[in-house]
Amino acid sequence: MTTLAPETESQLIEAMRWAVAAEQPLELLGRGSKRGFGRPVQAAHTLDLSRLSGIVSYEPEELLLVVKPGTMLADLSAALAERRQMLAFDPPDLSPLWGGAAGAGTVGGLVSAGLSGPRRLKAGAVRDHVLGISAVSGRGDLFRAGGKVVKNVTGYDLPKLLTGALGTLGALTEIVLKVLPAPEVTRTLVLAGIDGAAAHQAMADALGSPAELAAAAWVPAGLPWPGLPPRTPCVLLRLEGVAVSVEARLGHLGRLLEGRAATAVLEAEDSARLWAELRDAAPLARQPERAVWKLSVPPMQGMAVLDRIRTALPGSIGWLDWAGGLVWVGLPDGDARAGLVRGALPGEGHATLMRAPDGVRATTPVFQPQPEPLARLTARVKAQFDPKGVLNPGRMAAGG
Amino acid sequence: MRMPVPDERIIRERGTLIARLQAAVPGGVVVDETSMRPFETDALTAYRQMPLVVVLPASTDEVAAALRVCRAMGVKVVPRGAGTGLSGGALPLADGVLLVLSRLNRILEIDYDNRAVRVQPGVTNLAISQAVAGRGFYYAPDPSSQIACSIGGNVAENSGGVHCLKYGVTANNLLGVEFVTIDGEVIRLGGKHLDPEGYDLLGVLTGSEGLLGVVTEVTVRILQKPETARAVLLGFPSVEAGGATVAAVIAAGIIPGGMEMMDNAALNAAEDFVQAGYPRDVASLLIVELDGPAAEVDHLITRVEAIARGHGASYCRVSASEEERLAFWAGRKAAFPAVGRISPDYVCMDGTIPRRTLPAVLTRMEALGREYRLRVANVFHAGDGNLHPLILFDANDADEFDRAEKLGAAILRLCVEVGGVLTGEHGVGIEKRDLMTDQFGAEDLAQQMRLKCAFDPDGLLNPGKVFPTLHRCAELGRMVVQGGRLPFPDIPRF
Ligand SMILES: Cc1cc2nc3c(=O)[nH]c(=O)nc-3n(C[C@H](O)[C@H](O)[C@H](O)COP(=O)(O)OP(=O)(O)OC[C@H]3O[C@@H](n4cnc5c(N)ncnc54)[C@H](O)[C@@H]3O)c2cc1C
Repeated sequence: MTTLAPETESQLIEAMRWAVAAEQPLELLGRGSKRGFGRPVQAAHTLDLSRLSGIVSYEPEELLLVVKPGTMLADLSAALAERRQMLAFDPPDLSPLWGGAAGAGTVGGLVSAGLSGPRRLKAGAVRDHVLGISAVSGRGDLFRAGGKVVKNVTGYDLPKLLTGALGTLGALTEIVLKVLPAPEVTRTLVLAGIDGAAAHQAMADALGSPAELAAAAWVPAGLPWPGLPPRTPCVLLRLEGVAVSVEARLGHLGRLLEGRAATAVLEAEDSARLWAELRDAAPLARQPERAVWKLSVPPMQGMAVLDRIRTALPGSIGWLDWAGGLVWVGLPDGDARAGLVRGALPGEGHATLMRAPDGVRATTPVFQPQPEPLARLTARVKAQFDPKGVLNPGRMAAGG
Repeated sequence: MRMPVPDERIIRERGTLIARLQAAVPGGVVVDETSMRPFETDALTAYRQMPLVVVLPASTDEVAAALRVCRAMGVKVVPRGAGTGLSGGALPLADGVLLVLSRLNRILEIDYDNRAVRVQPGVTNLAISQAVAGRGFYYAPDPSSQIACSIGGNVAENSGGVHCLKYGVTANNLLGVEFVTIDGEVIRLGGKHLDPEGYDLLGVLTGSEGLLGVVTEVTVRILQKPETARAVLLGFPSVEAGGATVAAVIAAGIIPGGMEMMDNAALNAAEDFVQAGYPRDVASLLIVELDGPAAEVDHLITRVEAIARGHGASYCRVSASEEERLAFWAGRKAAFPAVGRISPDYVCMDGTIPRRTLPAVLTRMEALGREYRLRVANVFHAGDGNLHPLILFDANDADEFDRAEKLGAAILRLCVEVGGVLTGEHGVGIEKRDLMTDQFGAEDLAQQMRLKCAFDPDGLLNPGKVFPTLHRCAELGRMVVQGGRLPFPDIPRF
């Protein structure tokens, strides 16, 4: 058991070439805050990438940031906030969900895990903001892809491929991120006491209007949320932009949804606190005994999926983000019950086991099993980047 | 431009190939010269090549059946949508089947509540927006070719448009696809839900220029139209001042719906053609469109105007009506054909550069134009640094044609030199293929080609495009493993 902690790109290449030549699998880590995500890796050695860190360049007027993967996300967010900019995909901090301290994650980990927050609905996912990468493949070779401009179709979009690949296709050495201006104002319209089909329809109608929502969620009675009336299911509609615009759109939404539910408006701080709870799955972070799933489904199916799971497993808790398209569920205990959860999918979409004890994740397909032709294609892609299987073996799929 | 040497064996077996394709795609095989003629080129018309056979499948099953025939016989396949591509991606091969997707032209499903539309690949870009316009929705990426280009082609090129600064390019608006591999296997990625599971194969398929698979169904997200949109025309005494204004608007935290720029040559050509109402005497013209609630649009227009004045704008006009806004855009959207009227031929470049280098690049481009003795008219998606220099030439003059190609290459190299890329939205195709080595190192390209090997191990899908040299997958997969000893003690371990 060795830990390799390269400080430079060339040291990383050397370490990788050793692993390839000796056919020694590696577990790739940033700060290890997301070790609870994916399947447990079976590797004798650790490749610690946290020392490849630092902001390489930040050009606010180009909306561009180049960063080494070991950089702490918190440091990067602070640098952006100073220039009133942000990562528009709303990166969640799920470290506490996996039992760690808040703010413990690196940018490399974030990109590799492909995690986006509530703003994903409007702004796109992590992959939509990764413009370029450099990485060392499981062949021990450094390659670059993408570029340092927002609009680029030169060559295959490998930055998207490596985003969310959980270190199974390469060890990132540099990431080019698109950043955006932070909104001047954020407010949330709360529709209180709204449930089931009515909640879905309210979100669909709001999104089908020119109100340009930044995020939309539904929370059930049962869970305590900061700033919301107790024991009341609520639809949350988040608006961002310049003050005059947010004002106008709030008015518009109010008229559109008039009479459907009691309404209230959460101002800046309250709104931010509430959405941070949703983004970081905070209620589930506070209940570590529950197995946690995240399901991506057609937005109008969210409530039915959640209901099916709650009916089959009383004591499950959950809520809807992405206007219904993202279902967070905590099961009554640490048993993942993959068959039951995946059986609740409406014939489309996928379910990811976000948290469960190591033993459970080792024996459960954490990611949605793929149909045969797609699974074979996936294996062929993996083999082209990592022919000897040295990169995080087993992290995404057993034997892969 | 060298294309892969045609395989004589395949050409000799044409008869067998036709018979087998006719069985796979009854009524959809075109073999006579006259009927094949319209397919010999795309919108990069300087290059022409008659295909061996043209196949027009009418279903996913027929696409799969045709591909299985080609795979079994070792025949190359070039997919084609509407043939509006500007980089020669759909240029046929003498020993290849041209697989045309235009008969797959049905809108399969419109789902307003989930804000998704599912269509066949031959549906035009504009047809999607038109189909949902009645309910106030639209499909955001709007290439200037949108009346003609197919959504399948948009996926294959990852096309953009004048509104992609704020609303994203094809990749950012695509929810799912169905595609067929060269083996004839049908694979679905994504759907009405967000973020496909597993590796982001949807991401790599987008912009893969027909080299990885044939797209047979597309699901896109639709958006509600903004409440209002207004455009401002801003004229500047220099191109630099226009460029500086673009950077300043973005730096002020404003992301306009669109921000386009034209130089004096392009704006005058457009004005002659459509009478958009452009000022003729400015060195550069910006069209900035703001959209959203009326209050927001008014507010932002005032701010943009102030920024422009601060940078020396000599002309400023805000659209007072929807007709006027559309007229402002009509000039921009017609810029290519307009330039086509002032020159026998033109070729459109497509590099992207960091915004801050815009003034310097324009100055150097002017010098290059003088060096190669050719006129260049400039149209840009200024907001995202995507340049469209139009090089004017006469194709009947062999020397001019040669100089135009060389000037084009010099301009694209300049884009790479200042930190940009060869192509922002039109694709590499054959046009920029041999320049790929200017932007990428050998290993960068090798890893891209290895990805292709995972999809298409025999290199039958659209060979000769994108990559300057063809390598066999066995060769790309070979590993020379050095070392074998733990790199100690150079690397910190603990
Ligand atoms: C006047 C004019 C203006 C233009 N303006 C813009 C613009 O503003 N923005 C922009 O981005 N582009 C623009 N273009 C370029 C072009 O319209 C786009 O690239 C468009 O997406 C091509 O679509 P198509 O259906 O014509 O594809 P084709 O030209 O037929 O094919 C393009 C490429 O896609 C592949 N392909 C096509 N269909 C499929 C499929 N179903 N499956 C797999 N591969 C496929 C082909 O092999 C080829 O490599 C413009 C072109 C013209 C002529």
